[in-house]
Amino acid sequence: MAAISREEVAHLARLSRLAVTEQELDQFAGQLDVILQSVARVGEVAADDIPPTSHSVPLTNVYRDDVPQPSLTQAEALSGAPDAFEGRFRVPRILDEEA
Amino acid sequence: MSELTRMSAVELAGKIAAKEVSAVEVAQAHLDRISAVDERVHAFLYVDAEGALNAAKRVDRGEVTGPLAGVPVAVKDVIATKGVPTTAASKILEGWRPPYNATIVERLQAAGTVMLGKTNMDEFAMGSSTEYSAYGATNNPWDLGRIPGGSGGGSAAALAAYEAPLAIGTDTGGSIRQPGAVTGTVGAKPTYGGTSRYGLIAFSSSLDTPGPCARNVEDAALLHSVIAGHDVRDSTSIPQPVPDVVAAARLGASGDLTGVKLGLVKEFAGDGSEPGVAAAFRESLEALVKLGAEVVEVSCPHFEYALPAYYLIAPSECSSNLARFDGVRYGLRVGDDGNRSLEEVMSMTRDAGFGPEVKRRIILGTYALSSGYYDAYYGQAQKVRTLITRDFQKAFEQVDVLVSPTTPFVAFPFGSRTSDPYQMYLADLFTIPTNLYGGPAISVPCGLSEGLPVGFQIMAPTMADDRMYRVGAALESAVGTLTPPAL
Repeated sequence: MAAISREEVAHLARLSRLAVTEQELDQFAGQLDVILQSVARVGEVAADDIPPTSHSVPLTNVYRDDVPQPSLTQAEALSGAPDAFEGRFRVPRILDEEA
Repeated sequence: MSELTRMSAVELAGKIAAKEVSAVEVAQAHLDRISAVDERVHAFLYVDAEGALNAAKRVDRGEVTGPLAGVPVAVKDVIATKGVPTTAASKILEGWRPPYNATIVERLQAAGTVMLGKTNMDEFAMGSSTEYSAYGATNNPWDLGRIPGGSGGGSAAALAAYEAPLAIGTDTGGSIRQPGAVTGTVGAKPTYGGTSRYGLIAFSSSLDTPGPCARNVEDAALLHSVIAGHDVRDSTSIPQPVPDVVAAARLGASGDLTGVKLGLVKEFAGDGSEPGVAAAFRESLEALVKLGAEVVEVSCPHFEYALPAYYLIAPSECSSNLARFDGVRYGLRVGDDGNRSLEEVMSMTRDAGFGPEVKRRIILGTYALSSGYYDAYYGQAQKVRTLITRDFQKAFEQVDVLVSPTTPFVAFPFGSRTSDPYQMYLADLFTIPTNLYGGPAISVPCGLSEGLPVGFQIMAPTMADDRMYRVGAALESAVGTLTPPAL
């Protein structure tokens, strides 16, 4: 049985903000199924009482001293923006027009 | 080809310091070499001739000193270079010029290096062949019809083609070591947290490690010593002194390994290395025994689950990290016609800007992290990561380093593994366990199989990076460096 369906891949692509084509969906569904069947092998390991490792460096709550540092200027921060307006990032509308 | 392009970084630094040759002459010789061969090799995505010559002039005027003053270096295109295009080999960042430098770039400049340009790679460092670069693959200087490894194939190929004596790579699952192996060059992954990630475009933040690439072990150690060390701008940077890797490389070059215990991982033995790779590895191991080393078989029972665990953890982290490419603050924006919503524009931008492997991994990671699957996939992979770490710790109670081939197969022909992504993932079978553990590992050329280079991997405990340089330099003293055929 397939580990992942074409419909699930389409749903995941939507969640990931990827406007994939029908052709990509066909291709990815098969490939992701092969990959998932392979990586699912981690489930064979008895690890109920094993703590997870998110990270190999045992450091927590790393802060620098609270001293003001020079940072990017507004112009530098906006220098790579696809669209900027009056010193701000300009974005497409985020709300539907309301009455 | 100018003799200058054949020299090691150590030789070049010495001649420039002694004023036997100028930094400008050295930079020009490498730029000329790039002009002559890079059309065929395609190691570089961007060549900064003007920047390189200006940096070299500053060295010649005595304005910049340092251990690598005037030595050219190539930098993988996943590392931010102020004002110099940085794309991570993706269309989504085409033409982006970062407004700041990565910490390791600042350190390269402080050491006096001269940056030649930015090297090709698999898009966002996801791949083992450079075939996933949005700007076309890099060709292996040993055989232009074969892959140079990946993701850092451009950095490794630039070395093998004598376009640069030093290069910077990044290693998340083997992206420094595997290209080193298949191009007959040296590639070292430092201890995770030993080199700063500030200014490195993130793929998998708990695994990504910048490191040195070179044509010999001492050069790699010197470059390592220059870029490594604590950085307050990276919260996972280890606040401890860097082991003296240069002294370790020089000690190893003396060719004495008396008392050094090499661990042979039992579980790697049956793991499908090509016969020629296995033979070159065996012969090199015997050479190390002649230098006084002892070989001890160790068991790391969870290593067989490293590849599956990695291909859950890395895509999960990438699906989160790559959310930042939304067409708002930098990079590409597609479909913004004044009518479409932000969400539509984002989706169209990301579909147009990302290549197929990046999309596969984002989707896979989104799946592994989603409610209902999290425990079985991401959560379980993190537990397996703990068990792999314990395997390493137990092994290092018995031996000083672990050894294996770097990759199971020599450079493969283009197109032979792209149709089945999992076949591509197998290239990293021997390199991935180290990334999950966080320790250092190096690939050193150890011979040829069917005329193509084979790499020997040495894995060491965390913050014992010096050990791998000692053993690596000893191996190099026994088997020598490899010289690719003339281009």
